Amino acid sequence: MSIESLIDDFSFLDDWEDRYKYLIELGSQLPHFNDAQKVDQWKISGCQSQVWIIPHFNQHTLSFQGDSDAIIVRGIIAVVLTIFNDKSAQEILDIDVEEIFDKMGLKEHITPNRRSGMLSMVEKIKFYAREALVK
Amino acid sequence: MFDAHIVKKDFPILNRLIDGKKNIYMDTAASAQKPLSLIKTLERAYLEEYANVHRGSYWLSETATENYEHARNVAAKFINAPTADSIIFTRSATEGINLVAATYGCANLTSGDEIVLSRAEHHANFVTWQQTALKTGAKIVYFDLDKDGNFVWENFEKSLSGRTKIVAVTAMSNVLGTIFPVERICAAAHNFGAKVLIDACQFAVHKKIDVQKFDCDFLAFSGHKVYGPTGIGVLYGKYDLLKEMPPYQYGGDMIENVSYEKTSFALPPARFEAGTPAIVQAIGLASSLEYLMKFDFNEIEKYEAELISYTSKLLLDIPNLKILGTAHEKGGVFSFAIDGIHPQDLAFILSKEGVAIRTGHFCAQPLVNALGYTSLARASLGIYTTKEDVDDFVSALVKAKFFFEND
Repeated sequence: MSIESLIDDFSFLDDWEDRYKYLIELGSQLPHFNDAQKVDQWKISGCQSQVWIIPHFNQHTLSFQGDSDAIIVRGIIAVVLTIFNDKSAQEILDIDVEEIFDKMGLKEHITPNRRSGMLSMVEKIKFYAREALVK
Repeated sequence: MFDAHIVKKDFPILNRLIDGKKNIYMDTAASAQKPLSLIKTLERAYLEEYANVHRGSYWLSETATENYEHARNVAAKFINAPTADSIIFTRSATEGINLVAATYGCANLTSGDEIVLSRAEHHANFVTWQQTALKTGAKIVYFDLDKDGNFVWENFEKSLSGRTKIVAVTAMSNVLGTIFPVERICAAAHNFGAKVLIDACQFAVHKKIDVQKFDCDFLAFSGHKVYGPTGIGVLYGKYDLLKEMPPYQYGGDMIENVSYEKTSFALPPARFEAGTPAIVQAIGLASSLEYLMKFDFNEIEKYEAELISYTSKLLLDIPNLKILGTAHEKGGVFSFAIDGIHPQDLAFILSKEGVAIRTGHFCAQPLVNALGYTSLARASLGIYTTKEDVDDFVSALVKAKFFFEND
């Protein structure tokens, strides 16, 4: 699924209940991590729920897998992965996530709320992209 | 008669709407909302009476100094300190505890000494001592509460020995709500020659503090939890102890005499207030403490006890909801978990209903983990919380539960 079609889908949902339900549905399609994947190395530090992101450095692009123990957060991860997966490091760095989340009516989840983990998730992905650039 | 509906009118923010919904603020334990009287005091302090303190011999500075030192008197009265000189203004309760650890702790702790902590301390009163122990070679001895969160006297007693130098405990747990028997704790610790620091952050808004009755050696609380400003905390210390303690930070306002070769330091409290203090925040704190002192604490306690049992009953009616912390002696915080629903997910939905709760480990990670969770939800009560607020919170909770269970 492309991010454009996701934005499109969200634009048809006018109340938060439907947006959350859709997020939960998106999250339910993410495979669950096994215990070997749920390790500190991949954990995004955040106070409120546990989030893990595993990067894969491909030849020209990066891709990510993610999981959380909270189901709405899994939905947000699904959106984040749709935004960033299979993009080049430079493309990842150039993406304005806030704008995309705003278009989806989810902006509150990407504003710098105290260690909510959402923004840290994006920052970590951008960190991996910078790492890919210097490799 | 105490009436939370009337009290609520003093807090303008509680009357605003959150995205069109009533503002149901159930996160007072993290930070309390502010009465209009405080907001007016802050405004007046900046508009009419502001200058640096303890320096200028002109009207504004004299007035600001007078207000700042009056704040010290008010803080002393609030906790029944024998003298205002034993009140140190800090940035926060965290800084107060760090100050004691870095000065009294580092000067008096050596290898083999023991620091006694409960397993329910929040990070301010836990990480601070953990790191002080690493620095000094002292050892931390923990005592357990029971599975319901009750303070168990025998567990505490067992942790004391001739090696105990410091006992640092909360007066009320921010996760479990348990009220600690501070007076008995102080007496028992003193029998072993240990000093006692009380973390009164949560306790301060629920019950009357009396440092002389407690006979504690140190006590810390923060301004923002007692309906006051952020950026200000109070550290009380017995004056004879403060006098012997080395400075915490160096700079202006804490000196007696300075030459190129050496400096002599002022007596407490000035010795521990280096640099320009949080002048307006201290004045604001005094305003909030005066606001609180207008109430009869017995009436606040009585109302709160009623509201606690009302809230417990409603929460326990919700299937698969577990309250963590059901001590006989508890204050108005409810940490809870609902089977199959992550607290973070729950908070998203409650937020849409205008309900504010805290989720996570509440800066008491070891305790939350020991209870078997990585994250919990917490609702907490303030003096402005009405039964209707609790009703609204609980119906939002039921609605959220329905949302997830019928997904």
